[in-house]
Amino acid sequence: MNDQSNNLLEMRGITKYFPGVVANSDVDFDVRYGEVHTLLGENGAGKSTLVKILFGLYQADKGDLLLRGEKMEISSPSDAISSRIGMIHQHFMLVPTLTVAENVALGMPSTRRPLTDLDKVSKRISEISEEHGLTVNPSETVAHLSVGERQRVEIIKALYRDAELLVLDEPTAVLTPKEVDDLFVILRRMADNGRGLIFISHKLREVMSLSDRITVLRNGQVVGATTPDQTSREELAQMMVGRAVRLTPDLPPNEVKESRLSLNNVSVKNDSGTLAVDNVSFEVRAGEILGIAGVSGNGQREIAEAIAGLRTIEPDGLIEINGSNVSDTNTRSRRDQGLGFIPEERVPDGAIPEFTVGENLILVDHETDDFVSRGLFSFDKISEHSSQLVSDFNVKTPSVNTPTSSLSGGNIQKVILARELSASPSVLLACQPTRGVDIGAAEYIHNRLIEQRELGTATLLISEDLDEVLGLSDRVAVMYEGKVIAVVSGEDAEREKVGLLMAGVTETVDA
Amino acid sequence: MLNKVLGGLVPFLAALVAFAFGAIMLIALGANPFEGLEAIFDGAFGSGERLAATAVKATPLILVGAGITIAFRTNVVNIGGESQIIGGALLSTVVALGLPDLPAFLLVPLVIIAGAIGGGILGAIPGALKAYASVNEILSTIMLNLMMVQFMNYLLRGPLIDPYELEAGTRIPQTERLSDNAALPTIIGGTRFHLGVLIAVAAAIVAYIILWRTPVGFRLRAVGHSPKAAKAAGINVKRNITLALAISGSLAGIAGAILVFGSEGQRMVTDGSAAGFTSSAGFNGIVAALFGGLHPLWTIPSAFLFGALLTGATQLQRVLQVPSSLAVALNGIIVIFVISSSRVRTWLQTTLGNTNLFGKEEDDEDDEEINSTAEVTT
Repeated sequence: MNDQSNNLLEMRGITKYFPGVVANSDVDFDVRYGEVHTLLGENGAGKSTLVKILFGLYQADKGDLLLRGEKMEISSPSDAISSRIGMIHQHFMLVPTLTVAENVALGMPSTRRPLTDLDKVSKRISEISEEHGLTVNPSETVAHLSVGERQRVEIIKALYRDAELLVLDEPTAVLTPKEVDDLFVILRRMADNGRGLIFISHKLREVMSLSDRITVLRNGQVVGATTPDQTSREELAQMMVGRAVRLTPDLPPNEVKESRLSLNNVSVKNDSGTLAVDNVSFEVRAGEILGIAGVSGNGQREIAEAIAGLRTIEPDGLIEINGSNVSDTNTRSRRDQGLGFIPEERVPDGAIPEFTVGENLILVDHETDDFVSRGLFSFDKISEHSSQLVSDFNVKTPSVNTPTSSLSGGNIQKVILARELSASPSVLLACQPTRGVDIGAAEYIHNRLIEQRELGTATLLISEDLDEVLGLSDRVAVMYEGKVIAVVSGEDAEREKVGLLMAGVTETVDA
Repeated sequence: MLNKVLGGLVPFLAALVAFAFGAIMLIALGANPFEGLEAIFDGAFGSGERLAATAVKATPLILVGAGITIAFRTNVVNIGGESQIIGGALLSTVVALGLPDLPAFLLVPLVIIAGAIGGGILGAIPGALKAYASVNEILSTIMLNLMMVQFMNYLLRGPLIDPYELEAGTRIPQTERLSDNAALPTIIGGTRFHLGVLIAVAAAIVAYIILWRTPVGFRLRAVGHSPKAAKAAGINVKRNITLALAISGSLAGIAGAILVFGSEGQRMVTDGSAAGFTSSAGFNGIVAALFGGLHPLWTIPSAFLFGALLTGATQLQRVLQVPSSLAVALNGIIVIFVISSSRVRTWLQTTLGNTNLFGKEEDDEDDEEINSTAEVTT
């Protein structure tokens, strides 16, 4: 046996050009039997390109691919599957109207053609489930499954095809913290059974907890290879971004003044008519950031929509902005009262992708005397204003006339931020302000929010990123099943304690 | 740039293919396709008079088409051009009947405004139904077409009928001859080229200005692209949906007024059929708008082309003795090809765009951002 016998996969000197861009430049990457090897990098670092080459979706321009010590040409996903490579895509590839067993059998030859062999498939699924702790009912329709369960079906699909090398592309993006924990137990067990796993993520905490080895990509090149016990989140972030990054922002002391936003006994129903926000009261004062922590789906979205005027509240509740009752007013008049609003979904709620950057920057205040004279837009003034914001907020765009859809997520978010902050809001409602954006952009957005705090804005921050909430908030309100079950001051908010509160456990707080 | 030029050429290629199909139909009818084409061309452009007739024919198509672009840009489908034309024609007719003695410089603008209001109301109704009661606007506008035809027939046979028709017992469904003060003045002597043509062109230009140069149009387009983003930004989505159909309808309504006061008979007349008064301008305008790429300014030449097809068809019938409905069929074929060509256009743009213009690949969000990763943000 040679020295590479324990390598399941070896990619040597992989180079891939796209017009004008080197997506992968001389990348070396290997996976041993029985390990989780993480590919870490910002958006566009070349992670996706590398695994797409592995899965036969792209062909490398240079470099060799060795599987189980043998040189391989993988020219299509079916080649990859027959070489026992499995891919769990970020966006699930399941037919919602079919059952689990039907989804797993899809694309596989039946042993009883022309009839299906679903009972056999189901039996095998149960075996796989048992072996790996992937609890799922084979005869259940996929549409009825939770997100976490659907992911398990994806994994079962790969295992059913006898995958030995599994690629997991940002598998935790859609999961709750509990589901993430469950998934990691499953993944670890699969590695322990001798499989090789490639884990793609940019969530540093998860990478640190799951990986055996970590390879960091930046601009298509390998900039570092390490293991969790030899590195830290800060060091990984620095490798990814190429400079020192503050992961947790410093919150300087600040003077908190009068109440700017107050909610009194606010209850909100969701689309299906059940109570999503249950009798919530709190206030946000000038110069403070109140963070709302909670597992997604505990009423955060509804409460944000209620404050923004996009969802009506139940009759006995009261929402006040700057002392005036806005409970029954529309979004426009709340904005006129001084509300700034960064919606949860960047697209399509925050910005219109088909509009230019300039158009999105004036989406809210497009009818001011600054931009309109005698009923017509004065484009000179609009583009002057937009260019100023683009440079003030470091938006990377070729011009203000570029369609917003061609910008990266982080830059679209900066466009929204620029629009909302340039109106000098006295109350800012920021929902998931850094979801899915690069570390660098996230750091920038955090600094901007802190700057607003110093300017005396009352900010309500709603985020699923617990680190973000803990790092930025003067006070943290924890939502669970539609209620605010605790409000803790930022200094007292320890990760573990808040984590328990998010799961609805209140006893330990009192103890 | 290259793909933009090619993309612009696609509709014309589509028209060319459609004409090839038309030629096949002519051959099937035993006629010489080249003679047929020549007859259409001659009929539409052969003389100043014919050119003027083509322009007059194009007028309602320009107006309806410009209105359609406004509705479509707001992501609202307006199939109600027919009802809106009738609404505009009826209201302007009533105004001319009621105020026959007003001087022309007052009465002409007044009947045009009345047309806009009449059509606007018939647009606002399905608009408000969609916005506030979630009634599908395609259904409601089509239904209104049927209702308005019957309402027109009722009025023209009853309350508004020419008293002379009752006396003579002929009972042709038409109004009395309306005040000459309301007649749209002829611009070029000896032809039918009247003020209405200029009004239509001006209206299309105004539609363009509204859409791309005013806050009103900005809101309409915002609502059209993303009602959710518009709403979050504080734009009243429901009001803008209603407004879009109201503007769209008022442009069609102006077409209705022009059909009445630009006609030689100077009266409103129908044959009782669904297309009797409008000659299907409410539908053909949609075609003109689609052929013009849903751009108000491109709607002008596009409407002119369809106007030419319609006037040319009369000549085709006369010269080759083939049914004039051939032009209608040709019309339909062009629509099919133009609409399917938008797919070709997207395909052209994505393939060309991906290979060399931006260095972007499809389906790979990650790699699009390669250039921006190293950039430092603070």
